[in-house]
Amino acid sequence: MALAKAPAIESGQLRTATRSRARSQAWTWAAMGGPLVLLLVLFLVYPVGQLLLLSIHNDSGFTLAPYRQLFASSVYIDVLLITLKISLVTTLVCVVTGYPIAYLISVVGKERKATLLFWVLLSFWTSFLVRAFAWIVLLGRNGVINKLLLSLGIISSPASLLYNFGSVLVGMVNALLPLAVLTMLSVMENIDRNLPRAAATLGARPGMAFWKIYFPLSLPGVAAAGIMVFVTAIGFFIVPALLGGRRETMITQLIIDQVQQTLNWGFAGAISVLLLIVVLIVFAAYDRLLGLSTMTGAAAPRSVAPSRLAGPVQRIGDAVLTLLGMISDRIILALPSRRRDRNPDQAGLGLQAFVWTMLIIISAPTLLMIPLSFGTGGLNWPPQGFTLHWYETVLHSPVWTQAFLRSLLVGLGTGALAMLIGTPAAFLLVRSNIPGKAAWLAFILSPIVVPRMIIAVGMFYVFASMGLVGSAFGLILGHTVVAVPYVVMTMMAVLRNYDTRLDHAAQSLGARPFATLRHITFPILGAGMFSSFLFAFATSFDELTIALFATGGLNATLPKQFWDEVTLQVSPVIAAVSTCLFIFMGLLIFVAERLRRRAAAR
Amino acid sequence: MTSSSLRVKGLTKRYGDFVALAPTSLDVAKGEFLTLLGPSGSGKTTLLSLIAGLAHPDEGQILVDDADVTHSPAYDRDIGVVFQNYALFPHMTVEDNIAFPLKMRKVADADARRRTAEALETVRLPHVAKRYPRELSGGQQQRIALARCIVYRPAIILMDEPLGALDKKLRDQMQLEIKRIHRELRTTIIYVTHDQEEAMTMSDRICLMNAGAIEQLGTPEDLYFRPQSVFVADFLGESNLLSATVRQVDAQGLDIVLADQTAPSRAVGNGASFTAGEPIKLMVRPQNLHVADAADGKLTGRLVDVMISGSMTRLYIAPEKADMPQLVAAYPTRASAAPYEIGQRVSLGWNSADAVAIRDGRGH
Ligand SMILES: Nc1ncnc2c1ncn2[C@@H]1O[C@H](COP(=O)(O)OP(=O)(O)OP(=O)(O)O)[C@@H](O)[C@H]1O
Ligand SMILES: [Mg+2]
Repeated sequence: MALAKAPAIESGQLRTATRSRARSQAWTWAAMGGPLVLLLVLFLVYPVGQLLLLSIHNDSGFTLAPYRQLFASSVYIDVLLITLKISLVTTLVCVVTGYPIAYLISVVGKERKATLLFWVLLSFWTSFLVRAFAWIVLLGRNGVINKLLLSLGIISSPASLLYNFGSVLVGMVNALLPLAVLTMLSVMENIDRNLPRAAATLGARPGMAFWKIYFPLSLPGVAAAGIMVFVTAIGFFIVPALLGGRRETMITQLIIDQVQQTLNWGFAGAISVLLLIVVLIVFAAYDRLLGLSTMTGAAAPRSVAPSRLAGPVQRIGDAVLTLLGMISDRIILALPSRRRDRNPDQAGLGLQAFVWTMLIIISAPTLLMIPLSFGTGGLNWPPQGFTLHWYETVLHSPVWTQAFLRSLLVGLGTGALAMLIGTPAAFLLVRSNIPGKAAWLAFILSPIVVPRMIIAVGMFYVFASMGLVGSAFGLILGHTVVAVPYVVMTMMAVLRNYDTRLDHAAQSLGARPFATLRHITFPILGAGMFSSFLFAFATSFDELTIALFATGGLNATLPKQFWDEVTLQVSPVIAAVSTCLFIFMGLLIFVAERLRRRAAAR
Repeated sequence: MTSSSLRVKGLTKRYGDFVALAPTSLDVAKGEFLTLLGPSGSGKTTLLSLIAGLAHPDEGQILVDDADVTHSPAYDRDIGVVFQNYALFPHMTVEDNIAFPLKMRKVADADARRRTAEALETVRLPHVAKRYPRELSGGQQQRIALARCIVYRPAIILMDEPLGALDKKLRDQMQLEIKRIHRELRTTIIYVTHDQEEAMTMSDRICLMNAGAIEQLGTPEDLYFRPQSVFVADFLGESNLLSATVRQVDAQGLDIVLADQTAPSRAVGNGASFTAGEPIKLMVRPQNLHVADAADGKLTGRLVDVMISGSMTRLYIAPEKADMPQLVAAYPTRASAAPYEIGQRVSLGWNSADAVAIRDGRGH
């Protein structure tokens, strides 16, 4: 009781101390998160806002003219419908065919997993442009497919396989399947593999165990993959432009036309508004059904999905899954008994065959292009002769070497800047108790949500007023905006896996904050940081949309140069460039994987 | 050898509305070995992290050798921590792990190497210096964590369930090792464990925590023989708790009456003051509960179960009064077959010097 007074005084002092600590904490937060917020406000919110404003505001004030033009004929609505159709079908195909691939990767042993993953990653990292170009060659009149069909006697004269809905779909699926697989894989890897086994001990046959236990648990991954693919697809223009005909024009191509050919900013803005509204509707629907937090695939909130889905829907879903389980079990029972008592952890032959077929389909075009790049017979199959001529042409062309150096510079700059800005923000989101985390995260991820084309056009407009068009610095800023969400996401995942007690241990052993970062945190996070850096680098290295407007001539980046060439003519030089790019990316993945494994071995 | 005293005054920690540590005051003398004991979630780790500076208190003060360190960062406190999960740095060899605190203190290289080797000697693992932590067994990792902590001779060492993951044998060895280190270095040690036996054998004093507050603080004998609350009696060792009422208090002890009985009996106090008429709990340890066939004891009951656990044989007895809890008696196991049969009626008695009166109710 004698102490009764003392605590009162002490707690008074303590309150002041607490207040000053709160103040310094606010400063720390601002220092760590400020740069990222500033970047996004200046180069995402402001440009996109500007563009949207341009659609209702011209020299003479408020106007709705662009919108009247938009709805005056059915042309633009038709384009929108085609865009939606292509995106939806692409999403469906990617998710349905990607699921077995991701499933197989998540269940096979370490060695085989590495092999399968390598092929998915190789495809994922290979430039969209290279892959689309490879399909042009493959599907051409003198391409592999036509030659194959002719020699088999199935057709008598070359069919025109290009520039139709089918070719666009093939190209789109090829472009986005790896993304779908990787997104679903991130969820499947976290599913406890003992659960289906537990179900088996409880009496569920393999089919039932899969459909009633594994499949529902993997659904958040399916949903995340679906939305990621859809949003990317709806803002795509490379594949429809290269592989599609006039009837496969997508809405982003209209925006390009408006900006590049007629410089009609108001109309470009109006189309952007339309596109943005569609995307927002899709996201709102997704959020209603599944909750946006499933998008990061991190914590699949089991409590969210059932409560959001109305009771009857859930019951129907449950009934369907039970039915599927029963059907699968019937089929398995009908198969020869050898198949039935195989090790439940071993994937079936049918599944393996399917997965390898898909992997070959997505990798083959790029691989088949390699022999053509050394041939003397142009891009006709089969390759003839051997020459290094095309490579010499590329190496001696200042346009290509300049473009390569430019892309390297911009890529490294983007990687460095995105890490510099994104890493502290990730620390903030994972380690601090900053209020409104979910909102901040949504804001930071918004560059993924807003179609790239809208960002690019808005940025072009703002860059023009700042004199940043054509400058490497401007491009680095632009690319950082689109790369930084990936850096924040991967760094957050890395940080969540990091045992903070190691930091505590270091501090209790006498390490000051900076020494702790230098000796403990960064060395352990090194591999994770390096892979985020690579991700940012690769995003920039393959970025075309922003570069399409913000560069040109001698300051073109590699994708821009590639695009300019390929839209002019399809030549073996491009096959040579594609091969170089492919090998460059292959090496990069190889090195990254090596480093990752060396770090993981520790 | 350096060693410091520690004083904690009104230390409080809240997580939102939840009080993880109610205002807690505690004095630890220079060179003392104090054990924190308590059920899961009682605030032991919380108290340790506040002392180490790994979490900020909401209120209160921490003094090391009378200097206020409440707001100094962990790296300035000179308080070593042996973490429950070892927290060895996975990317450094054993040697580098141990040398880390020396490097942070800018100890010269040659000196650091010598002291690292010494520390490895102390934990008897000189041959693993070049290995990585993942190449060690759990027990070896544990000893390295200990070596990393003692190598820089912190004035106070905090250990959070350091032997939690070890098997019985290794745990016994490590207990001896820690005691030896404590003896040799005379460091002040605060030790967290779930194992009562460990707490009893190793500590100068035990601090028993419950629901974020100190329930009782004293020597192992204090806690075992003079528990201040039913919680302490229940938590530390097995005990039989019987309801009773105080008749009269005198210098030697208390006259009491067991519930539903008229015959008075004697009991000793636990240091608290009692008043006549007060309801109490009477604590009799199993080894002090005598079982006899004859009906001359203080209670009667039926034998429910007999269990032989190595050196001790336990008898479980249901008192004949329906509302009394089951009782347990223990005596050293003998080779001859158990002299009792299940279902047999037995009589229970005890020496009044072994019957300890405890104030009833959970409050203090
Ligand atoms: N970061 C936190 N946020 C909210 N509550 C917490 C946090 N850390 C601890 N707690 C709560 O504080 C209480 C005390 O936790 P503490 O870790 O100190 O328990 P403990 O005595 O060490 O338990 P154990 O013996 O299981 O290790 C627990 O109820 C715990 O849930
Ligand atoms: Mg604990």
